[in-house]
Amino acid sequence: MYEALAGFAQTWGLLFFFAVFIGVLVYALWPKNREKFDAAARMPLNDDAPPSEDGKKDESNV
Amino acid sequence: MSQATAMPVKSSGLDGMLIGLICILGAFWSLMAAARGVDPQMVAHGWLMLGGFIIGLVLVVNAYSANGRVEETGLYHDNVIKAGAIATMFWAVVGLLVGVVIALQLAWPNIFYFEQFGFLNFGRLRPLHTSAVIFAFGGNALIATSFYVVQRTSRARLAGGLWPWFVFWGYQFFIVIAASGYVMGVTQAQEYAEPEWYADIWLTLVWVAYLMVFLGTLWKRKEPHIYVANWFYLAFIVTIAVLHLVNNLSIPVDPFGSFSYRVFSGVQNALTQWWYGHNAVGFFLTAGFLGIMYYFIPKRVERPVYSYRLSIVHFWTLIFIYIWAGPHHLHYTALPEWAQTLGMTFSVMLWMPSWGGMINGLMTLSGAWDKLRTDPVVRMMVVSVAFYGMSTFEGPLMSIRAVNALSHYTDWTIGHVHSGALGWVGMISFGAIYCMGPWLWKKKGMWSRALIEWHFWLATLGILLYIAAMWPSGITQGLMWRAYNDLGFLEYSFIETVEAMHPYYIIRAGGGLLFLAGAILMAFNMYKTITGDVSETEDEVTPQPRAIPAE
Repeated sequence: MYEALAGFAQTWGLLFFFAVFIGVLVYALWPKNREKFDAAARMPLNDDAPPSEDGKKDESNV
Repeated sequence: MSQATAMPVKSSGLDGMLIGLICILGAFWSLMAAARGVDPQMVAHGWLMLGGFIIGLVLVVNAYSANGRVEETGLYHDNVIKAGAIATMFWAVVGLLVGVVIALQLAWPNIFYFEQFGFLNFGRLRPLHTSAVIFAFGGNALIATSFYVVQRTSRARLAGGLWPWFVFWGYQFFIVIAASGYVMGVTQAQEYAEPEWYADIWLTLVWVAYLMVFLGTLWKRKEPHIYVANWFYLAFIVTIAVLHLVNNLSIPVDPFGSFSYRVFSGVQNALTQWWYGHNAVGFFLTAGFLGIMYYFIPKRVERPVYSYRLSIVHFWTLIFIYIWAGPHHLHYTALPEWAQTLGMTFSVMLWMPSWGGMINGLMTLSGAWDKLRTDPVVRMMVVSVAFYGMSTFEGPLMSIRAVNALSHYTDWTIGHVHSGALGWVGMISFGAIYCMGPWLWKKKGMWSRALIEWHFWLATLGILLYIAAMWPSGITQGLMWRAYNDLGFLEYSFIETVEAMHPYYIIRAGGGLLFLAGAILMAFNMYKTITGDVSETEDEVTPQPRAIPAE
């Protein structure tokens, strides 16, 4: 039981983690995502009170 | 603000009814515990909880009366965050004060020792200190900032009607039950998981509500992309839920008794406990506060995140690796050696995501480095990230088995923990509260920038004294414990190692006192900012709110 589990962890476990890591890198570096991520990097700067649902600016945050 | 521009309240009333039902059921159980409790601690807690649930019921009813509904307006739900900021300040002062008391007790064991007051003993006060600073101070900072950040970056109002208030008050209630339990001797004797079964069940309820409020707000978001800070907050909430449930599996001896037996025992219990314990560090004290870093540093310095791509890699690698690092707490124990090695290996790998995150936080200042000189709040947050880098370098080092042989069970560990807790967690929380205070209460800035400067220097000096005392203390301890004489006997008796610590313990208490003094200045500054007139303040950096130009 122990040998089987250890063997599984040392092969498939390693491959799984490596695949996940590659997947993350590909997602982060995918050229098409650049624009989205550049916009996301500015999100804290653009998050001032948005207009409320009736189109007027919300007064409670001014 | 006039009522005409306010958002209509879209509550079905179900939230209040459910919370009211929880309070009624809780009050019923508490009354039973007060009447039929099998031990005096349970009876005391029964009365305490009965009082809490009755107050809760009154608050729910009040929220539905004409008065209570007025605050349910406005685009963002900020009142619960204001309460959270005040609670954070309150628990910071309490937790740090208890820390100074137990530091003095270690330096002078006779101080505050009264035979008739067992609750003042170090053993009772130590978990009070750790829980008060980690869960009460840190936890309130996380809940308050997560509610702030998730609303702003989702451009959506906090979900769940009264549930955010349930999360806030329910969490304070948990803290009071846990803390009062410790001084009465109610404890599971598991580090950072001391609260007994009934407090654990209550926290589970509060935490599920927290997760639902957070997810509900993300669900309503008007931004297509979920900002990275929210990913970190979400990882913190979800992982803490899992850790809390698994590490608190226990069977109460009596439904109205304060004692329970744990399901795990022996080495299985040890592994579960340190899987929990280290991930409390990884997900409570790291991931959650990284959420603060990724929102408040860009916001305060008005610069975008240095590399958003790096923040994605930072997030996924950090959470995938951290969860395996726990066994490094169990080197040279009955835990199988391969498991120890696994914990050590993953801890060493953590260097990479941790430093990636640190670089990302620091480099966000590029183009705004001058703020380091002019803005003490920015300086505070940058020092915090620097301490994050230092303690995440030191941690992997200490997890290496050969280093651990010297460092484990010594004050080096205490020094390491406090460089992370005071330096990283404390300073980033103070920075976030200094930012949020004027933003929430709509003031031009903090009441006094000079007091922030004082706070910064007192806190920094305090941390330096603390860790500079604990390193030599720990290494001295470790070397004295392993020293043998020519005949193969231990060179020193244990009490000799205790004596050698005395001067370091005095310096440590001094450092803690400085850090506490800084927090008290901050509490006063917050009080004046909230209540006083800050139209003349020199702390005029508040970038929010600012009108958005029409597109």
